[in-house]
Amino acid sequence: MSEAEKKQEFNITIYTENQIGLLSRIAIIFTRRKINIDSLNTSPSEIDSIHRFNIVINEYEEVVRKLTRQIEKQVEVLKAYYHTNEDVIWQELALYKVSTDVIAEKVSVERLLRENGARAVVIRKDYTVFETTGHREETDNLINILQPYGLIEFVRSARVAIIKDSEGFNSKLREFERLEPGEEVIENEYLNQGEKVFTM
Amino acid sequence: METAQETLTAPAATETVNVSGSVALLEALIAEGTDTIFGYPGGAIMPIYDALFDYNDKLNHILVRHEQGGIHAGQGYARTSGKVGVVFATSGPGATNLVTGLADAQIDSTPLVCITGQVFAHLLGTDAFQETDVINITTPVTKWNYQVTDATEIPEVIAKAFYIARSGRPGPVLIDITKNAQIQLFDFAGYKPCDHIRSYRPKPIVRPQYIQQAAELINSAQKPFILFGQGVILGGAEQEFKAFVEKSGIPAAWTVLGAGAIPSDHPLNVGMLGMHGNYGPNVLTNECDVLIAIGMRFDDRVTGRLDKYAKQAKVVHLDIDPAEIDKNVKSTVPVWGDCKETLPLLTKAIEKKEHTEWLAKFNDYTRQEVEAVIHNELNPTTPEMTMGEVVKHLNELTNGDAVIVTDVGQHQMVACRYAKFNSTRSNVTSGGLGTMGFALPAAIGAKFGAPNRTVVAIIGDGGFQMTCQELGTIMQSGVDVKVIILNNRFLGMVRQWQELFNQRRYSFVDIQSPDFVALAAAYRIPGKLVDDRADLITALKEMLATPGSFLLEVMVTKENNVFPMVPQGCSVSEIRLK
Repeated sequence: MSEAEKKQEFNITIYTENQIGLLSRIAIIFTRRKINIDSLNTSPSEIDSIHRFNIVINEYEEVVRKLTRQIEKQVEVLKAYYHTNEDVIWQELALYKVSTDVIAEKVSVERLLRENGARAVVIRKDYTVFETTGHREETDNLINILQPYGLIEFVRSARVAIIKDSEGFNSKLREFERLEPGEEVIENEYLNQGEKVFTM
Repeated sequence: METAQETLTAPAATETVNVSGSVALLEALIAEGTDTIFGYPGGAIMPIYDALFDYNDKLNHILVRHEQGGIHAGQGYARTSGKVGVVFATSGPGATNLVTGLADAQIDSTPLVCITGQVFAHLLGTDAFQETDVINITTPVTKWNYQVTDATEIPEVIAKAFYIARSGRPGPVLIDITKNAQIQLFDFAGYKPCDHIRSYRPKPIVRPQYIQQAAELINSAQKPFILFGQGVILGGAEQEFKAFVEKSGIPAAWTVLGAGAIPSDHPLNVGMLGMHGNYGPNVLTNECDVLIAIGMRFDDRVTGRLDKYAKQAKVVHLDIDPAEIDKNVKSTVPVWGDCKETLPLLTKAIEKKEHTEWLAKFNDYTRQEVEAVIHNELNPTTPEMTMGEVVKHLNELTNGDAVIVTDVGQHQMVACRYAKFNSTRSNVTSGGLGTMGFALPAAIGAKFGAPNRTVVAIIGDGGFQMTCQELGTIMQSGVDVKVIILNNRFLGMVRQWQELFNQRRYSFVDIQSPDFVALAAAYRIPGKLVDDRADLITALKEMLATPGSFLLEVMVTKENNVFPMVPQGCSVSEIRLK
């Protein structure tokens, strides 16, 4: 079995209008095919009124390619891409709440922060909140370290990912603001071809 | 009201008129060319119906008997007219009754704009009377949907709705309008149609390099084969398609929804594809060297077992929807675009050819099929009548000029196989979704969409009973629809499968029917029952000659099977003749 035929994590990036109901319209494209969404982040992009979704799923590339086309077909979706983990730089943010007393007494806070690339967001008498960003293993690692010291609460964000090969991304995206988009932006069929995302 | 309407039809650029959301909606529909609405009133859509009372002269509202009937009528209208079908329904159950029709229109790419009433905006989410989450219920079965809670949104939203419904690959759009927005007065500045949405690309750009590659493949092919679907009809590309077929000399076979895109008796029309399609087109799919698919989506009923489908062939796929390319069958050359634009380019780039020997192969398979199946189906020697002979006589009496509307099941396959179509937009059927109960209401809409044509609905005894309340719509509207019920006293297609694959374990397919002719009579629709072959032609003539609607019930063989058949899970070349 070649690499392409194996299930792996794919990062789907979607630019959309900011429209009520669109989250549901996109989500059901996955659920209809009984595909689990491992991670979903949506927030305003750098362009006013355009939103960006980052979705992570574990699937075959062939399936992901078809899904991406179905997503791009939706009226309020401007562009949709998919990338492997190697094609993106990605981070997840995690927050950890622990008892300040325990931490101060039993471990060197400074060492903890240094070794795990974390920072303290809040330090109060009763509790401290640490923050770290990184890949799943890194944020998991700090859970394991803090668990013996009475981890009170933990939360991790969805994944956000920057596409490595996104030369000229922002300027092309801005073309969408014009009434009649440039020809390159109109291209919506080359999802799986070419090197650069916007000249696919 | 009078003066307001006059102003509204020709509003000056800067002038505004103070109108309700309901009036703005109706003005928008008129501006979009709507002449007929299929609908059913109810509490949450009352303000729109109140406004409609004054628009009787401009908008012909057809009161249906059930919202599902309304939306199927809208589909029938869209399919014969090529225009956008418009449907009204109230909130809650009115809206949920549209769901089957929306799903049907979505999978068969039928342009619709459905307007549903909704409870007052302040009641949303409170479980108010007849409140249901219509937007979320209909999201998977609409091309686009939107909830209007403020009247000022109406002109723009309706403009978008029509643009989305009819452009690119057409589909159904649902607009849910809360009651307060229907009532609310606002300054209406006139209607502007929509021709651009920044996030929406109705058609991909045509790529000259792919046209070239496709032409090279076609020119070098020894055994090329064309498959065409509804895309040719939806794109209005019948002439362009005919020119392509005739110059290339390539045999062409159709999907159920593509029927009629070129006339049935065109010498290069080699028949129907798929599970109950013709023998040659199925077998030779696995023998051709270049497969040219035009405006079709390789449905599983067309392809049979996918991993044994046309593996030897290079595939050229013309489609307007990029998501269809490589979805089921991997293409060698993807020709993105509207076939109205791509076909003339392709025709120009190919050489004029004739594929006499190859075409003879199709004709050879036709001879075998005629011998094994068609002759007996059309000229039975059994005392009982067959579905096929009814269709044959109908062809002779209508000369292939009628619109044939079919339901779902055996009669549908028989009608599609044997009906003669001289012109496009003549075959109206539920292809993708397979909705029993589609035909009667769709035939009503089909007649409103093509008032100068004869519309014949061919329906089974099972499907007819799913929407037979629409006889009331026929009675009240006076629409002229000829209804033929092919009664085999069975849910025939399921029975056929049970016979062939479940050892004749006939599980709940033995369906009883009322006296259909008496039922029609109760709605003051004339009718006739035929159970003797000797009366068939006379009865068909009487049906066609009777002014207005007519119901003809024909008793046919109980346990007839539709052949040929590609059994599920089999390759198209494993098609069975018996």
